Order: sequence, then structure tokens, then C-alpha cells
Amino acid sequence: MAEGFGELRLDGVTRRFGAALALDRLDLTIRRGEFIALLGPSGCGKSTALNCVAGLLPLSGGGIWLDDKRIDVLRPEQRGFGMVFQNYALFPHMSVRKNIGFGLAMRRAPKAAIRSRVDAALDLVQLRAHAEKLPGQLSGGQQQRVAIARAIVVEPPLVLMDEPLSNLDAKLRLEMRTDIKRIHRELGRSTVYVTHDQDEALSLADRIVVLNEGKTQQIGSPEDVYARPANLQVARFMGYRNILDLDAERVDGRRVSLRGAGVALNGTAQQGIAPGPVSVALRPDDIEPGGVGENAVEARVEIVEYCGRDWLVDLVLPDGRTVYARSPRKLLPGDLVRCAVDPERVLVFPRDAGV
Amino acid sequence: MSEVAAPVTARSLADRLWSTATVVLIAFFVINVFGVIASVTVSSFATRWLGTWLPSGWTTRWYRAAWDEFQLGDVLLVTMEIVFIVVALAILIGVPAAYALARRDFPGKKAVLLMFVLPLLVPSITYGIPLATVLYQARLAGTMNGVILANLVPTVPFVVLVMTPFIEQIDPRLEAAARVFGAGTFRVFRHVLVPLLMPGILAAALLVLVRTIAMFELSFLTAGPDSQTLVVALYYSVFAAGVRATQSVDAMAVTYMVTTLVWLLIALRFVNPTQLVTRVKEQPRR
Amino acid sequence: MERRLDRTVLLVAPGMLVVLLLFIYPFLYGLVLSFEPKEGAGPANYLRFFSQPFLYRTIATTLWIAIPATLVNVGLALPIAFRMRRNSKWQRVLTTILVLPITLGTVLIAEGLLTYLGPQGWVNRLLIESGLASVPIRLTHNYWGVFLALIIAEFPFAFLLILSYITGIDPALPSAAATLGAGAGRQFLYVYLPLLAPGLAITFCLCFVQAFSVFPSAVLLGAPAGPTRVMAVAAYTAAFEEYDYSMASAIAMIMAAVQLIIVVAVLALRGAFYRGPAGGAKG
Repeated sequence: MAEGFGELRLDGVTRRFGAALALDRLDLTIRRGEFIALLGPSGCGKSTALNCVAGLLPLSGGGIWLDDKRIDVLRPEQRGFGMVFQNYALFPHMSVRKNIGFGLAMRRAPKAAIRSRVDAALDLVQLRAHAEKLPGQLSGGQQQRVAIARAIVVEPPLVLMDEPLSNLDAKLRLEMRTDIKRIHRELGRSTVYVTHDQDEALSLADRIVVLNEGKTQQIGSPEDVYARPANLQVARFMGYRNILDLDAERVDGRRVSLRGAGVALNGTAQQGIAPGPVSVALRPDDIEPGGVGENAVEARVEIVEYCGRDWLVDLVLPDGRTVYARSPRKLLPGDLVRCAVDPERVLVFPRDAGV
Repeated sequence: MSEVAAPVTARSLADRLWSTATVVLIAFFVINVFGVIASVTVSSFATRWLGTWLPSGWTTRWYRAAWDEFQLGDVLLVTMEIVFIVVALAILIGVPAAYALARRDFPGKKAVLLMFVLPLLVPSITYGIPLATVLYQARLAGTMNGVILANLVPTVPFVVLVMTPFIEQIDPRLEAAARVFGAGTFRVFRHVLVPLLMPGILAAALLVLVRTIAMFELSFLTAGPDSQTLVVALYYSVFAAGVRATQSVDAMAVTYMVTTLVWLLIALRFVNPTQLVTRVKEQPRR
Repeated sequence: MERRLDRTVLLVAPGMLVVLLLFIYPFLYGLVLSFEPKEGAGPANYLRFFSQPFLYRTIATTLWIAIPATLVNVGLALPIAFRMRRNSKWQRVLTTILVLPITLGTVLIAEGLLTYLGPQGWVNRLLIESGLASVPIRLTHNYWGVFLALIIAEFPFAFLLILSYITGIDPALPSAAATLGAGAGRQFLYVYLPLLAPGLAITFCLCFVQAFSVFPSAVLLGAPAGPTRVMAVAAYTAAFEEYDYSMASAIAMIMAAVQLIIVVAVLALRGAFYRGPAGGAKG
């Protein structure tokens, strides 16, 4: 397999299970050295997409090209990609060293070369001291690192990772996340990373592909997906906890005047908007209780949860609907507050009956 | 969502050849098994069958003959008596033992487990001969009681090994809750455990039943002329086949087969076929 | 699971009693009895056994039947179970069909084979009419009848056992091997086989032990006076035809000893080839 490649292109990749569409026409071009995250809730098709790229699942439609070579007709052992599995899939009967060296052994590399490359990989993941142990003798985090070492030691053109951190506890997850970022920077290998955790995707990826029910929702940089979600699905998934059904009174370019729920607000359209029913997405942290901006709503505090750095408050709008906000100051249940919100952060989407 | 099965893309020629070979082997085996069963069945309905693919004529008189000659009526009765008593005893003895093993850890537990596993690993003829000798000394050989006792040896451990994982699956806090609300041990068994265990007990009972009907060596070594089970009678009839027409022996064989299969079919409604074979560490999958 | 000794533990007592009185005790009784021969003293039975060809040849005869049959059974069951490892409709159908021979038992299979393999049976009919043979092949009342009976009776057992071991292996492991460059053959060699080694050894031992104890087939379908005079037949003859229970017990003990030796040898062999844990789950 070509060591450096220009791009990996997924063209209309589709995968069906019986009548169900697990993956619907995924189009994606991955440039050399990019870190791509496939993000979405369970069942959205992200693992399916990864397995299709790896060759572990056949395609129902579309194709995959590595530069100008079509690879979706190749068996996984012929593709030469490195893969890290969710449960690590370390060979329990082989030592750490043998596990890592397995790919090189399959390629019949000379013994000396295997030894030195495995040593280098062990050093990269800081497991040199455990080289002769069996996987069963390692902790979850250590197993994970062995799995990563095993995938990269063959110097693959593409590294695939299937939710590698999901089986670790929170603290370990953060440490390993940094490790993965470090390794990616040191080796510069193109990576496709599957996760349901938006924090992981935001911190690791150059670009994020958000999937839902097999369909691509948005492809963009972490900033794009975070601040400018393409639709309500993505917004919901990226932490826009407040979704309000309001009416758009007037649309002026991208500025939308909203009314409803006893409030009058200005927002920014994310898609084509006509006056009428719309859905509005707001992040809790974009609402400032007690703020002085012009764009504001009146609400009554109902529940206050202390979070250490700030407070998470449940606010009730004049029509009874609940909205979540974060307050730097303590508030009391029953208080009436004026909440300011930047119109750029009030995202307006067409009303979607099914969402 | 992870549906990582085994790699499934484009199969190589070697893979396909291998596949075909195994399919051929399986088909060959299955065809032969059905062939054996079929030839016995056909023969039992044949008037005369010599040198042709199928008999020249059909009749059911061999069944009548077998019924009379081998006293099939009595034998069936005896078999059912023995088998049902063995099942009842194996359940009554085995289920409480399984409960104790599932709920308690005690010194010597490993030895106890070994003792329950051994009779399932050692083939029945090996321990059957010493067992028959002992029963002979106890003057139980040749009686129905002797046959029943002998058949308890493989069946009680079987029940224990099948039921233990079943009981382990039941949350012990259910029993604790029952006690908190005032139930004594007997009532805990009656109102909580037995209802929950019913499917498992039923499964175990059916498995024991099927296995005991087919159990040859132990029944053979301990049975007397009045206490032969069907399979033992079948053996003797084949033995004496020189004297009698093979068709009547085949008729008896078919009778045995039908009896076994009826219970097997009933059992398969409740259990997974693999459990008939139970690996000693197998978890029952329902 | 609580660790204590209370009345609940007593519930194992009846079961233990059954095993103790009807399994362990007879075994010990038989052991002692084997040293109290009808004629002579002490180990006379054993000496007689190993000095009379008619008797000691039974060991070789039985091994000659049991080991090839077990090798064939396990050897065939492995690739077939491997092929069936994905849980499909076919796997379930095959499993159910294979339960048939096990349920029907050795006596029925022996009886059936007498007809099926007999000179007038369908097998010979097929061989003659297709021109593969000019006279009926002797498949009954000899070694081959017993051998085939053992295959039919034991193969399903080996298959089901090995299948359960194979399906216990995490499917992500061969997938991982594939992404690292191992095709189907090398996946089998480097992933499945080492992980199956303990299970295969156990299956071999269980099948061997069953095959070694072959009895009704050897009598009905074999030639119990000669080529298929297996140890079980010798023991039975001693007990029920010569009424020499002491000798019968001695033969049973020797049977147990031979089985034990082979089992230990197989397990040691497996231990020499493979180290590490069984099962393929994440540690």
C-alpha cells in the first residue's frame, strides 16, 4: 500500500442491512495527514462507515478510492490500514511484543526490522517495560495503548479507530485523548476516528462528520460544527440544549425577528428561512442571566444547580416553557431575571415536524 | 453500534473450495444418518426385502409380532416407570444441590464440584461394571430399583450442572426481599424460587428424560428380565436376531426411535439442542 | 455468593450421597475386589490379564478403534464447525439434525447400520449398481461397522463441543488479524487455532474416552470374538458369563488406567504447544 497518499475518497458509500439503510451515500474526501472524526449517536452509521473503509463490511453501493486506485473490492488484509477496535481485540495468547509485531510478521518483515520497529512503537506509547506481558495482565488503558501501537507500527496510510476510549473511565479518557493527539502530531498519519462523544471529536479532529440514522448531517471543522450547526439534529447533538418553537415575524437577510413564548428576540438564520413557524436553538452558555444586551427575554428562575464554577439554572419563560442557562452568579428560585443573548448565537432553523 | 463479524468481503478461490468441501462432508454425513434411519423404518414395514432398493410388499404385521414377541407393552410400561422415577428423583435431589452450589461458597466446594463432574466425564461402562457388582452384592441387581439407582449416577450431576447457572442468574436479593417480608425458607422456595426456576427445571427434566431413555450401558448391566428398558430389550432382540426375523427387530427399533424422538421433539421446544450435550461449563442459552 | 456453612449447604448432601455411594464407593470397591481374585492371590488378575494375549490384546484392539475414530471425528468436526461459526439459520438446522444420532443412541445406530451397511443394504446396493464394487463389501460384523458406528454416534458430539468453543472466540480478533494482513488461512493458524487448542484437547479427550468404552456396537455390529473384542466386552464377559467379578473389576480398572494415560498425554502435548489463556475475550 502506498506510504504517502494524496487522498482517500468515499463516493456515495452505502450499506444496507436487509431493508434498513445503515449508511446512506456518504461522500467524504480525506486528505493526507487529516484527522477526521465520525460523530453521532448510537446507530447513526459511524461504525458501519469505518468497517466499510476497513473492508470488514462489503458495500451495498458506492465506492472507495485511494488516490486513483479503487480499494473497496479489496479484502481487509489487502488494504493495509491500521485499525484500533473498541474492545482492543488484542490477541490474548500473544505477548504485547508479539501483538504489536503481528502486522509486520504477516508482511514477512525481517526479524531485526520487526524488533526495532516494535521497540520504537513501544517507546511511543510508553509500554517498553511491559513488552513480554500478556494482554490479560494489563490494565484497560495499557491494552488500549498496545492496540494503538499495533495499528501504527505497520506505518499504514490510514489509521482507523472505533470508539477506542469508550471503555475507559473519565480520567483515563482525558489522558489517552492527549496521547492520541500527540501520536497523531508526531506521526502525521491520516486518521478516521469514530466517537459518540462530542468533546473528543472537537478536541481531536481537523474535520468532523456528523451522522444521524445513516445520513450525513454536516461535514466541517470543529468550530463550524460547534458554532454553526447545519441543522437541528446537529445542534441538538452538539449541546444546544434549548430548542424552542417560535414564529419568525420578519426575515431581513440573515437577521430574523422572532416572537413567541411571550418573548421577542432577534436571531440568525442558519438555513433558508421564511416568515412562519421556526425552531430556534440556543446553548445554555450563550444565555446571560442578568446581562445588559438589547436582545433579551424575561424569565423566572425555577431550579438552581451548583456546578462549582457556575450555576446551571432552569428558567421558565412567560408561557411556561423551560430554558437552561448558566449563571456566573448565584440566583434564587423565584427570582425574575432578564436574560440577554447575542443574536448571532440564536440559531434559527426551519421548523421540522419530526424533530 | 458494532457489527464487526468476521471479514466478509470478496472470497478467495481457496476459501470457496474449502467451503464446498465442508458442505459436501456435512451433506454426506446427514444423508447417511437419514439413510440409516430410513432403512430401518422401511425394513420394518417390508414383507420381504432382499436384494432390491425397496421391498416387494408392505405390511404392518411385524409391529404386531414385535409387540407380542418382545412384550413391548410391558417393556414400554417398565421403561416409562423407570424413566419418570429417575427424572423425579434427579430433580428432587439435584435442584436443591444446585441451589446450594449457586448460593454458597464453602470449604471443600471445589471437591464437591469435582465429584459432580466426574460421573459425566467417565463413560458409563467404566463405572457401570463396578456399580453392577456392588448392586449385586446388595441384592438390588436385576430389579427395577437397581436400574433406577444406577441411572441416578449420571442424571443427578447432570441436573446439578444444568441448574446451577440457572439459579445463579436469579438475583439473590429477590430471596432476601421475600424474607424481609416474612417468608421462611420453604415459602421462599415455593413462592419465589420454584416459579422462577420452572423453565429451567422443565428443561432439565426433559433432557434427563431423553438421556435416560437412551442410556444403555447402565440399564443393561443392572436390569433383570422384568426390568429391562426399551433400549436394553432392543439390544437383546438384535442379539437374538438369528432366531427371529430381522423385520420384527426393525419394528422394535422403530418403536424405540419413535418413543425417543417424540420426547426429543417435546424437549426441543424448551431447550437449545446443544444442552443435550452439555459442556460442563456451558451457560444455558434460552 | 456468601461464604458460610449453614443449613443451605446441607442441600448438597443427598446429591453427594448418590455420587459417593453409587459412583465413588463402587469404584473403590472394584479396585479392592480386583485384588481379591477367584484363584490366586493379590495381583493375580492383573498378571493373568497381561500374560494372556486373548486378554491383553484387547487394549490394542480398543485403542485401534478408539484413536482413529476420535481423530477422524475431531479432525472433521473442526473445519466443519469453523465453517459454521457464523450464527446462521444453517447452523441451527445442522445443530438440530446432529442431535438426532446422539439422542437415538449407540444401540439403535448399531441396529440400523446392520441393515443399512449389510450385504443387502442400500450402501452396498449403491456401490454395486454404480459399478464401484462387484460384490457386496463387508461392512458389518467387522472393524468397519464399529468404526462407522462410532463416527455417526460421536461426530455430532465433537461438532457441538468444538462449535461452542469457536463461537466463544471474540469475532473482533480475526477481524483485527485481517486488518493486519492475515488472510483466512493465517487467521485460522495464528488466531483461531491457538485459542482453540485447549478446547480441542478437551474435545479429543472426551471423545476418546467415549469411543474407548464402546460396547453395544462392538457386540452387535462387530466381531466380539476377535477383531472387535474391546475391553468393555472382555469386562462384561468376565462379569456376566464367567461370573468372575473380581476379574471384571480388574479389567475395568485397567480400562480406566489406559484412558487416564491417554488423557494426560494429550493434555501434556497441548500444554507443550501452547501457553496462555483460553477464550478470546478482552482480558
